[in-house]
Amino acid sequence: MSTTLKENIEQKENALISGQNDLFTNPDADAARQFFRTKSRALKPKLSTVQEVVKTMLNDGDYIAIGGFGANRIPTAIIHEIVRQGKKRLGFAGHTSTHDFQILCAGECFDRCDVAYIIGLEARGLSPNARRYIESGKVKLTEWTNATLSWRLKAAAMGLSFLPARNILGTNTFQYSAAKEILCPFTGQKYAAFPALFPDFAAIHVHECDVYGNAHVYGASVSDQDLAKASKRVVLTTERLISTEKIRQNPEATFIPFWCVDAVIEVPYGSYPGNMPYEYFSDEEHLREWLKVEKDPEELKKFIDRQILGTKDFYEYLELNGGIEKMKKLRAAELLIPGR
Amino acid sequence: MADYNPLELMICVAARNLEDGSTVVVGTGAPCAAAMLAQKTHSPNMCILFEAGGVAPILPSMPISVGDSRTFHKALMASSMPEIMETCQRGMVDYTFLGGAQIDMYGNINSTMIGKDHARPTVRFPGSGGANDLASLCWRTMMMTVQDAKRFTNNIDFITSPGYLQGGTSRYDAGLPKGSGPYRIITNMAIMGFDDESKKMKVLSINPGYSREDVQDNCGFELMWAPRITETDPPHADELRILREEVDPHRYIIGR
Repeated sequence: MSTTLKENIEQKENALISGQNDLFTNPDADAARQFFRTKSRALKPKLSTVQEVVKTMLNDGDYIAIGGFGANRIPTAIIHEIVRQGKKRLGFAGHTSTHDFQILCAGECFDRCDVAYIIGLEARGLSPNARRYIESGKVKLTEWTNATLSWRLKAAAMGLSFLPARNILGTNTFQYSAAKEILCPFTGQKYAAFPALFPDFAAIHVHECDVYGNAHVYGASVSDQDLAKASKRVVLTTERLISTEKIRQNPEATFIPFWCVDAVIEVPYGSYPGNMPYEYFSDEEHLREWLKVEKDPEELKKFIDRQILGTKDFYEYLELNGGIEKMKKLRAAELLIPGR
Repeated sequence: MADYNPLELMICVAARNLEDGSTVVVGTGAPCAAAMLAQKTHSPNMCILFEAGGVAPILPSMPISVGDSRTFHKALMASSMPEIMETCQRGMVDYTFLGGAQIDMYGNINSTMIGKDHARPTVRFPGSGGANDLASLCWRTMMMTVQDAKRFTNNIDFITSPGYLQGGTSRYDAGLPKGSGPYRIITNMAIMGFDDESKKMKVLSINPGYSREDVQDNCGFELMWAPRITETDPPHADELRILREEVDPHRYIIGR
C-alpha cells in the first residue's frame, strides 16, 4: 500500500463519528450464542395461555418487540395482558408501531424506546396520550428508522453483532442513534454500522401454526421472520391451530420454524382491532374511539378500565366491542364483499 | 376561480413526474393518490411499492396503513420490509415521496420534533419511520406540501431525513449513495428543483394565481430561480376526472 493511500485511509478513519444515544440491548454475538445454546430445540407441544405466557415469559425490565405493523397482524391479546398484569420498565422496539405502541403507552409499561415510528397511527392521526407520555420525558429515546431496526433484527437473526448500511448518514437521526460510521475494508466506502438487536421477548400473531410453533403467515411479512429468529423468547398467537401434517404437506410455506418458538396460543380474531390479511379488516370506528378518548386523561382512564383492566381476557374485550357480529362486518370489509 | 383545489394540482403535477416503467415507494394519502393517478393515465406499468412489503398491488381503494391488506391486494409480491428497503439500497427504486413539519433549502426534512432538546421536545412527531431510509436510498425524492415561511426554514430543528445536507457534495461525502437526492418540491404555489452545483432549492415554475413575491414571501430562506420561470401547467380535465372519479371517489385526500 502506498504511503499516501494509507494516510488517506487513516484520515478517513479518524473522521468517523458515532451516534450519541443509548444502546439499550447487548449486540454481542457470542453472548447471544450462549443464550441460544440453552434454548430448547425439542419438537414438543407448546400450547399455553395468554395469562401464563405474560406471567412466566416476560419480566419487568425486559426488552420487547411486537410483530406485524402497528395495527396490522398484531398480537392484541398479549399486548392487553401486558397492561393488565401491570408490567413495567420495559424496553420497546418502536418499529412500525402504532396501535401496539398506543396500548403500551396507556399502561405506561415502558421507560426506554428504540424509535423508528411512534405516536402516530398513520393516516388516522396522532395519539394524544402517546404524545403526552413521550413529551413527559419519562421515556428514554434512541432514534432509528424502519429499515435500521429491520436490519438490526436481521443482524441478530444472522448471528452477527452488526450490519453495515447506507441510510441515516449525515442526519440528526444518526446523531441521536447508537449507530457508528465505519469504512468498508474492500472499497473504503463509508457506511453506518447498526448493532444487532436481540429482544428478550417477542409476540407475533400468525394465520396458522401447529402445536410446535411451525407457522404460516400470509400477506406482507414486515420483519417478522427476522424478529422470530432474533428474539430470545417468542410467543405466537394464531388465528387457528393446524395439524403438523398440514405443515409437512407444504414445507416451503413454513414462515417461522418451531425452534424459534417458546409458546403457542390459539386466539381467533387475535389481531382485532387491527387488520388481519385475508381474514378481517381493521375496526376503524374503535380506533377512532381510542384517539377521541385519549384527548382527556380522565376519559382515557375510564376507557382503559372498561376495555382492558375490567375485561378478564381478549374475548370479553371482543364481546364488548361487537363480538361475532362485528367480526362478520370486518370480514366482509376485508374480502370486499359487496352489500355488507 | 380555478376549478381545482391546491391538493389536486399538487397530485396531478406529482403524477406527471412518474414515468411508465419506473418504481416508486409511496405512503398513504396524497403520494398514493399521485401514484394511482399516474397508473391510470400515462404510466400503466409503473410499479408501486409499500415499505411493509407490498409490490405492484392493484389497489381497490386508498390504504389506511402502508402495511394494510390493500397494499398487496392482487399484488405481484407480498414481501417484507427488508426486501423493499434492500431493493431501494440496491438502486432499483426511482422515486419516493416524503412529508414533514419543516424543510430547509437543501431539501433536508424534519418529521421528528420541534424544540432544541431531544430528551424534552416541545412537540414530538412520529420520527423517521421509513422516511430517512427512502430519502437515503431511492434515486429521487419528492415532497408535496403547502408552502409557508415556518415550514420552509433554514432553522430546521432536526434533520430526520437527508436532502443535500449542507449542499455541494456533502450528501455524497457523508456516504449516502451517489446520484441520489431530492428532486422536486411541489407546493400549492410553485414547483421547485435543486441547483446542480450548490444543491440549493430552485424555483422552476409558478402555479396559476401566484406571483414571484408570493413564492419568496412564503419561504423562510432565499430561493434560487431558474433562468426562465414558466407557469405550472394546471390540472387537465381528464386528470381531474380520473382523480375524482377513480382514484379518490370518497374525497378522503382531495376533499380535505
